[in-house]
Amino acid sequence: MTLHELTRGDFPILARVVNGHPLAYLDSAASSQKPRTVIEAMSQYYERSHANVHRSIHTLGEEATELYEAARDRVQRFIGAARREEVVFTRGTTDGLNLLADALCAGLAPGDEVLITEMEHHSNIVPWQLAARRQRLALRAVPITGPGLLDLDALDRLLTARTRVVAFTHVSNVLGTINPVADICARARRVGAVTVVDGAQAAPHLALDMSVLGCDFYVFSPHKMLGPTGIGVLWGRRERLLGLEPTRGGGEMIKEVWIEHAEWNDLPWRFEPGTPPIAEAVGLTAAVEYLEKLGMDRVAEHERALTRQALAGLTALPGVRVFGPPAGVERGAVVAFAVEGLHPHDVAALLDAEGIAVRAGHHCAMPLMRRLGVVGTSRASFSVFSTPAEVARLVRAVADVRAVLA
Amino acid sequence: MVRTAARALYSDVIRERWRRPKFRGELSGANRIAEDVNPLCGDRVRLMLSLVGDRVAAARFIGDSCAICTASADVVAELVSGKPAAEARALEPADVLAVLQADIRPTRMRCVTLPLSVLAKALNGGGA
Repeated sequence: MTLHELTRGDFPILARVVNGHPLAYLDSAASSQKPRTVIEAMSQYYERSHANVHRSIHTLGEEATELYEAARDRVQRFIGAARREEVVFTRGTTDGLNLLADALCAGLAPGDEVLITEMEHHSNIVPWQLAARRQRLALRAVPITGPGLLDLDALDRLLTARTRVVAFTHVSNVLGTINPVADICARARRVGAVTVVDGAQAAPHLALDMSVLGCDFYVFSPHKMLGPTGIGVLWGRRERLLGLEPTRGGGEMIKEVWIEHAEWNDLPWRFEPGTPPIAEAVGLTAAVEYLEKLGMDRVAEHERALTRQALAGLTALPGVRVFGPPAGVERGAVVAFAVEGLHPHDVAALLDAEGIAVRAGHHCAMPLMRRLGVVGTSRASFSVFSTPAEVARLVRAVADVRAVLA
Repeated sequence: MVRTAARALYSDVIRERWRRPKFRGELSGANRIAEDVNPLCGDRVRLMLSLVGDRVAAARFIGDSCAICTASADVVAELVSGKPAAEARALEPADVLAVLQADIRPTRMRCVTLPLSVLAKALNGGGA
């Protein structure tokens, strides 16, 4: 049985008819759909066990706390983290990157350098800009090469004795490029820089192992990996997390509070002020269970096959330009493309008329769009429930859209 | 297949103005120029007006934009050409939609209104 045959029936939303056609949801890179187990786990939590966590001395409070902390254990195993206190729950990848930009840059001196790359999502650019402005830091970007790979020679030239942070994406949300995380981290370490990896597009598709990636921090969003919105994961090496001052205060992140000062709670709670996303953590557990049952290697292989099919189909169409690394180079489950003479939003609108959901626009990566010389692109992306038939429908429909407007 | 569905989405007017806009291009002698970007999609429209006394003598646009936005810019340029500035300033989305004759969804409404906000910017200053 192929993976999509196995999973298809688990996703209630896929039964929808959109504009008279069965929905072909090819926008999982923006946010994936959810299996029934995730939806039910969250409703069951609200129907049976909801209470606030950590200080409720009653049965429901204990159940809620157990469920919330069980999600941490589950994520720890899923990403190969050495310790449970290295897993901090945030509100999402963007929230995690903001937290890190604030906390890591707070102690830096004017003129210190932060290095990002040309292929970053705005979430991994703007938080560093804000921090750089506050601390008067220099923000630099590693360029990409023609085929959409990171220019590692340029990285070496840009790494200096003043480089304090290197923040980069694991998998590009536009190009699909898979960056060599361990290699980049090793280079950054030689100048003593802290490494931050945006794993939003990697966590849903690749087996992750923090013990071999070599980075200091790794952040991702469960809603792109079959889980709910509103919760994020920030993994940090224990000694690095211990070296960070919290930048947000509130309940739960403290041990003791006086009027003038406070003593921080232990890891990971010192970075989790306020009532956390409890139901979302329960949903996250169910999402991780679902992915683990399928096996991440199998998930990766399924999505690789769909990506190959889309690349081959779209590349063969006249007037269609496909972005990203050349065929044969391993890439994530996204295919960005442009149709000659057509605006990406018009392409997406015409595909939507056929029930096919793709993303269009700058994909929150305007510097990359400028580098590619386009206003935007259309982007198809795949998940465990995507089928070869949907990819074939996409290719047929793209072939057809030129006749309408071009 | 796509062709039938597209008719509802993109009216004949939009398709025609996207393929062959009448008012696209540089305007020599423009004395009011403004430009803006749609933050949702990065579309960019630049409107050039030649204001003679209190009358829009000529209007042209250039832009990197989708079919709806391009058609809207083309219609805006046409509607203000030869009009008193006060009348141009009073132009509303409904006036543009009436010409476009398309059922524009809320998510694409900004594509229609971007050229109008650029027009307001040009009329309220936007010196060349």
